[in-house]
Amino acid sequence: MRARITFTKQGALRYTGHLDLHRLWERAMRRADLPLTYSQGFHPQPKISLASALPLGFSSRAEVLDVRFNEELATQQIADRLKGSLPRDIQIMQVESVDERAPALQTQVLSAEYDVQLTEPVDGSDLKRKIEEALLAESLPRERRGKFYDLRPLIEKLKLETDEKGKHRLFMTLSAREGATGRPEEVLQVLGIEPEYTRVERTKLIFQ
Amino acid sequence: MLTPEQIETKLDQILLKVQKPGRYVGGELNSTVKDWNQTQTKVALVFPDIYDIGVSNVGLKILYDQINQREDALAERAYAPWVDMEALMREHGIPLYALESKRPLACFDLIGFTLPYETLYTNALNILDLAGIPVRSADRNESHPIIIAGGHSATNPEPMHAFIDAFVIGEGEEVIHDIVNVVQKFKGSQVDKLNPSNLPSFKRDNLLRELAQIPGVYVPQFYETTYLDDGTVASTMPVIPEAPKVVNKRIVAKLLPPPVKFIVPNIEVVHNRVSVEIMRGCTRGCRFCQAGMITRPVRERSVQEVVDAADEAIRSTGFEELALMSLSSSDYTYINELVDAISKRFEGRKLSVNLPSLRIESVSVDLMNKLKQHRSAGFTLAPEAASERMRRIINKFIPDEDIIATTREIYARGWTTIKLYFMIGHPSETLEDVQAIVDLCRRVIDEGRKVAGWKVKLHAGVSTFVPKPQTPFQWVACDTRENILEKQALLKRQLLKDKSIRLSWTKPEDSLLEAWLSRGDRRMAEVIYTAWKNGAKFDAWDEAKKQEAWLPAFEEHGLDPAFYTHRQRRTDEVFPWEHITAAVRKSFLFQDFRQSLEGQIRVDCRLNCFACGILPTFANLRRENPGEGWKCPDVKSPGVGISNQLSVVSGLSPAAGD
Repeated sequence: MRARITFTKQGALRYTGHLDLHRLWERAMRRADLPLTYSQGFHPQPKISLASALPLGFSSRAEVLDVRFNEELATQQIADRLKGSLPRDIQIMQVESVDERAPALQTQVLSAEYDVQLTEPVDGSDLKRKIEEALLAESLPRERRGKFYDLRPLIEKLKLETDEKGKHRLFMTLSAREGATGRPEEVLQVLGIEPEYTRVERTKLIFQ
Repeated sequence: MLTPEQIETKLDQILLKVQKPGRYVGGELNSTVKDWNQTQTKVALVFPDIYDIGVSNVGLKILYDQINQREDALAERAYAPWVDMEALMREHGIPLYALESKRPLACFDLIGFTLPYETLYTNALNILDLAGIPVRSADRNESHPIIIAGGHSATNPEPMHAFIDAFVIGEGEEVIHDIVNVVQKFKGSQVDKLNPSNLPSFKRDNLLRELAQIPGVYVPQFYETTYLDDGTVASTMPVIPEAPKVVNKRIVAKLLPPPVKFIVPNIEVVHNRVSVEIMRGCTRGCRFCQAGMITRPVRERSVQEVVDAADEAIRSTGFEELALMSLSSSDYTYINELVDAISKRFEGRKLSVNLPSLRIESVSVDLMNKLKQHRSAGFTLAPEAASERMRRIINKFIPDEDIIATTREIYARGWTTIKLYFMIGHPSETLEDVQAIVDLCRRVIDEGRKVAGWKVKLHAGVSTFVPKPQTPFQWVACDTRENILEKQALLKRQLLKDKSIRLSWTKPEDSLLEAWLSRGDRRMAEVIYTAWKNGAKFDAWDEAKKQEAWLPAFEEHGLDPAFYTHRQRRTDEVFPWEHITAAVRKSFLFQDFRQSLEGQIRVDCRLNCFACGILPTFANLRRENPGEGWKCPDVKSPGVGISNQLSVVSGLSPAAGD
């Protein structure tokens, strides 16, 4: 069977990268004694695929993976068995059964939503103006790792919220298609905010 | 002092700027996080190298479990931050903290270092400094944690005597409880701690005096060393009546159940594996081997216990690799049964099983074959020396023909790579003995080609011998830098051009540093301190500044490094570690050293007890635990007085074999 698991990645696990997370899930499934399906070949690998890499340092309320098992299991049973086998900073939100023939998970991701808390005080009206400018701009040329690209079409939504204590939060929806992925820290830099003074959480992955 | 929340906030600002931030955040499966405010005694266990190396250390894991099993104590972990992280921590004012609670190490009652090898010494100093704790024992007061250390290098604790409050000599799993109990007695209950006005005025000195009375604990500040004119030690004597004249190592009569809930790191580390100790100690008596001398007597676990523990540990970690640990797997009495039982239990579970330290004989090939390991991993054997003369001297006697027969068999059974470990620098070694390494490697390859063709490969790992305390070679001089370079040049000249052979070696600077420290005296403490001030740390790493930190430190304190490395010790020399014993007597070691000079070998002491000193020292323990568990002869003589962990050597009637 093919199961889809939605899970959180918080706390210490924010500093576990994509490949290490993959390994972590392999071990968790083995600890839970789940019947993993392995690939053929000289070095058989369990069939686990993560939807979209989460940048190091970000937390998430909605990471998604697909895994294949050798037998049919009730989704509740999968969730129950995994519960005691995961480090405390990963929690299972949902387990669903998915059509075996559905396209690969990574190709299905369209966009991702982020909740960005600003940990240092900023000038709210100035920030608001910068957001408006960014959204009105036709293009936002950026350079990342020596490559030039336009950030503007990757920003689907961008909104500022300020609570009664004056704490600011940015909500953004960024494209997360293969080859067209918007990164929250790039948006923050356009807005003149240093990423080290923020806490970023991915709140949702939107699929086709 | 910073709160955990303040530390976490600061960490979030710097962690993305360092390599592998996952080293610094904890949160691993099987780590134990206890309620700080509800727990009386707090212990931080430190492996003074990076997380990637330290997290899988089994010794600390045993202590971590022992302490955390107590309701009244907690144990957390800390490692040395890598240089990038250390720089940022110092810049942002973050003290070294424990991974579980993120509390500064300075908040703990007790800090325990493991010092398995000497090149960790400067890191231990650096860790204390980074924790904001005075590096020198003498500068600490009642507000600071008690600093203890153990591990193999504690068999000569003197070079670190100025920095460590108390050393544990020998095995830690029982004595750690005695130490925690003393700390509790002096530091008060949790209730007292929350209301410091209730706290009885505890004196650090009184606490240390009480620690000094625990068998197996050495508190260096209660001893004084005097020197002869030639710079050697005249004597080291206790200066308070409570401190014993000689500190005898501590052992457990029966190995405790092995740890099964190994920490599962959230990042890749050096060893992602379950390690189960199948046996402690070794009866082979290789004269260069400190571990073999200081971990006696041999105590074995049952096949059932090993297999059940391995199974439970694999289930609780999900690891892909199992290591069955001992100093000499082939000597485990039920090795065939164990390998059969492991193969059966883990059949079809995609587990790689590691069985290190196999004897050079064809039976070993059968064992590895049964474990169905990937042939790609290579097969490792350790002849240690290549000429028969040398093998007699080191007491690891294996005829060349056995080596050839075994390696031929390994290649024939489908392994393409064999790793052979050798050492240069054994006592009285000549260039001919080094040439023998070259000749043997070539012969192994030539014979391998006959059975498996041109694809056969050999990896020769040639390290440099460093004489260690508490061994028969503690008297010998270490090769000079020039000797080592000449021998290495010979090896390189002849082996590097061979495409089938890979050669690796140890840099002479690394070996000499280890040699200064391993047989150093109390005066070395100042050299260590100055070297650390000069920037020495991570001395086990290639990145370390060695020469520029250490040589000026020797000079500053008017000491000659050659005094520690290249000097043959007098037969009547009093060693800096004379007042510390691993229960193998100096007279036995000396006799063995003399036999070595005559090229006499000693057989496995399971076949013939040579009265090394273990039995009379631990006669009562042996008497209470007769039979198969130990590989020493049974003690027949009646016990004296009440049973006591450490019987007084002189007061006992001779035990079997003594």
